[in-house]
Amino acid sequence: MIEPLKFFTEKFNIAFSDLEALLGISLSKGGDYADIYLEYTVVNSLNLEEQLVKSANRSVRQGAGVRVISGERTGYAYCDEIVVDAIGKAALTAAHIANSQAETGPINVSANNPAHDLYRVAHLPHDEPLERKIELLNRIDCTARAYDRRVREVQTSFADEYKIVLIATSEGLLIGDVQPLARIRVMCIADDDGNLQSGVSGGGGRVGFDFFNDRLIEHYANEAAQQAIVQLDAREAPAGTMEVVLGPGWPGILLHEAVGHGLEADFNRKGTSAFTGLLGQRVASELCTVIDEGTIPNRRGSLNIDDEGNPTSRTVLIERGILRGFLQDKLSTRLTGAQLTGNGRRESYRRMPMPRMTNTYMLGGKSTQEEIIRSVKRGLYAVQFGGGQVDITSGKFVFSASEAYLIEEGKIGAPIKGATLIGNGPKALTKVVAVGNDLALDEGVGTCGKDGQSVPVGVGLPTIKISEMTVGGTK
Amino acid sequence: MTMNLSIDFLSDIADRSIKLGATDAEAIGIETTEFHVEVRLGQVEKLQEAASRGIGLRVLYEGRQASCSTSDVSSQAINELISNAIEMAKRTSVDEDALLPSREELAKEIIDLKLYDPAISELPTERKIEMALDCEMAARAFDPRIANSEGSACSTTIGKLSLATSAGFAGEYQGTLCGLIVAPIAREGEQMQVGYWADRHRSLAALESAEEIGKEAARRALRKLGARKVPTQEVPIIFESSAAEELLSDFFEAVEGTSIFRRASFLVGKLGEQIAAKELNIIDDGQMPGAVGSRPFDGEGLVTRRTVVVQDGVLRSYLLNTYTARKLGLNSTANAARGLAGAPGVGVSNFFIAPGVSTPDEMIASVKNGFYVTEMIGFGFNPVTGDYSRGAAGWWIENGRLAFPVEEVTIAGNFREILSGIEMIGNDMRFRGKIAAPTIKIKRMMVSGE
Repeated sequence: MIEPLKFFTEKFNIAFSDLEALLGISLSKGGDYADIYLEYTVVNSLNLEEQLVKSANRSVRQGAGVRVISGERTGYAYCDEIVVDAIGKAALTAAHIANSQAETGPINVSANNPAHDLYRVAHLPHDEPLERKIELLNRIDCTARAYDRRVREVQTSFADEYKIVLIATSEGLLIGDVQPLARIRVMCIADDDGNLQSGVSGGGGRVGFDFFNDRLIEHYANEAAQQAIVQLDAREAPAGTMEVVLGPGWPGILLHEAVGHGLEADFNRKGTSAFTGLLGQRVASELCTVIDEGTIPNRRGSLNIDDEGNPTSRTVLIERGILRGFLQDKLSTRLTGAQLTGNGRRESYRRMPMPRMTNTYMLGGKSTQEEIIRSVKRGLYAVQFGGGQVDITSGKFVFSASEAYLIEEGKIGAPIKGATLIGNGPKALTKVVAVGNDLALDEGVGTCGKDGQSVPVGVGLPTIKISEMTVGGTK
Repeated sequence: MTMNLSIDFLSDIADRSIKLGATDAEAIGIETTEFHVEVRLGQVEKLQEAASRGIGLRVLYEGRQASCSTSDVSSQAINELISNAIEMAKRTSVDEDALLPSREELAKEIIDLKLYDPAISELPTERKIEMALDCEMAARAFDPRIANSEGSACSTTIGKLSLATSAGFAGEYQGTLCGLIVAPIAREGEQMQVGYWADRHRSLAALESAEEIGKEAARRALRKLGARKVPTQEVPIIFESSAAEELLSDFFEAVEGTSIFRRASFLVGKLGEQIAAKELNIIDDGQMPGAVGSRPFDGEGLVTRRTVVVQDGVLRSYLLNTYTARKLGLNSTANAARGLAGAPGVGVSNFFIAPGVSTPDEMIASVKNGFYVTEMIGFGFNPVTGDYSRGAAGWWIENGRLAFPVEEVTIAGNFREILSGIEMIGNDMRFRGKIAAPTIKIKRMMVSGE
């Protein structure tokens, strides 16, 4: 196991006392709070298409970010060199956000260990020989092509990274983490006499190489192939407002877009979210309890500590329909007095942290999926989605179904073409009229973008029925 | 410490890769100095400043390819970069189309495209803060209903890109960028609406004034107040210039070489065919002086050029890099896009729909009952099938006039029909980045609402 403090000391010659001195420089202009984020990340990727391994890639990303908070103001600077002089220069740049002179010497820190140990893995995918990753990709290719002779092309990739971070704060915290992440992605193109359709699948998490067992490899391959083949017979999607049933797992992207972003503390502190002022009020039906949980072992959205060094946690956002909490970072809690939730995240040392989701899901209910579908007269059953997006201020959000079926008289009918669903965040969940007993988390492919920063996230959902939602088809 | 990525340094990396067994090598170096200030409600909220650099190396080993990149430029890290890339390449597959461009194809001289403006690199911090403050102030002062703000930001980037290949190419260019963005929030009753407006240019003089950007953002927030859903119906659609840019950006996905050779685009096999109304002309131009998407050479060292993609509605060219061109038996259009990591992809230079003759007002006046789309959200475009379905907001048009604001609806259709259904093209194109389009009128699309 890599020990972060030892790693940075040995590889970059950064000592405990250097960090204390650098924090002192950070506050030398009178800032209230400072932190230093050291990062060393190796990212690997391998791509197979046309049955060729066309490229293997590796990037090393390393550097240090220094943040200084003075009231509502934040100064930030970074450097690509993990050497004391360069970080000192960054610290002085960031320090200038405050404009008084302060006599600060070194700031004492003490080393801590994360409260969680969520992703201790035996074999880092990074350490696995390329040949073994290539073998997995070849098996996916063969399995997908064997699914149906109309599967004409398979593109598949294996991407993994490990990130070592060390965070020192002016509150005396020194804490580090080693964060593995791996993902397989499969895309199939089906061709039936010129009718081209695609299907996408994949999965992963903060897992070791052994996670990708035979069953999963086959599942990823078959899933993408099946989606592409089903779409060959897809009809025009309906247009208008109708009952919508979302299947379990990845359709939880609904929660991410409809409520998750709108409940990030920065927007609520500034009064710019459609959820501003709704704490304690009804924003969903009684059947809905929505959680953000960064502490689920091995999940893509999980972290032992957030990128500000604080423990991740389980935050109840909506409890039986009532808005209970927001996702917090350091700056928001400093300004509002709220409790930290461990949701301060950043893409890399080059960007400053802000409130972000981890794994966001809805608790299961009592209905069976069969009952739910049987209760629909005419509607849509959506099981796979592409991306989504939200306008935080107006609350309008979209998410795009990539595999969906009509429901007619309580029965699942014909597949339909992809269609975007649109709704209003604070109202959409008030129309949830049934919640299934089949909560599932997604397979581990989600990436969330905010303000140009991408971070891995997870979502989860049981089967749910929404009494009315606008479906953006053509018929 | 940031000035050591000279072309000699990169040529040396390429040469050493060859000595260590690589058949071909290409080294890229990118150095940037970034500044970013965000103000909100008249106060500086965030200030970020940094200089960074990184190196990317792509090698070929007997027809096999691998790439490595690093932000560590120490000699030990460079040694590892080279040996890792070669060792990894030995394990990939032979791909006979994976080659670096030949010597004859490479740029012989570096043309000055006016990409660098000292007025940006010398812009004092105080002035940048002032620009952001002025911009937000203009938005907030515009109307009493502007009740809040997501803030305003001013960013500058000063960058240098250097490329050296074992085929003998060595070149570099510098560029500057300055951007100003603001997002005021309008409120009326229960409803809050945000309006974004931004501008981005390579020279300070080309940038729209802070005041104008602020006012336009305020107008855009205010005009959304009172927005409502409309009944589901099929009607003529007008895409305002900024929404038409998004349409064009989706079109790029379907016309770029990777989608084409993978046969993952509805435009496969359509070269020379009428794919759109004859009013439509689409061009990619890498040589426009001072433009954001201009560059003297592409990510593989080829001289950039002007490519007519669609002429009078006929598909004339795909956009290609060396690899996708070889896969299709065509020539590269010098659209190789290269970051530090990975093999080159395909990217736009300055990609635009040529302006037409109609004014936006004339276009609106031509519609009896239709939808004027000013904003879209979501990712509902499938380049394989051309199926298109996205969230939209804007104004309803009644009897040739903007009647009331609309939100929470979707627009859907197939891209083939969108292209062939173009009826009018506006005269209002202006570059605010790499992609630009004028206002466009489409015969009909499905609007899904109540």
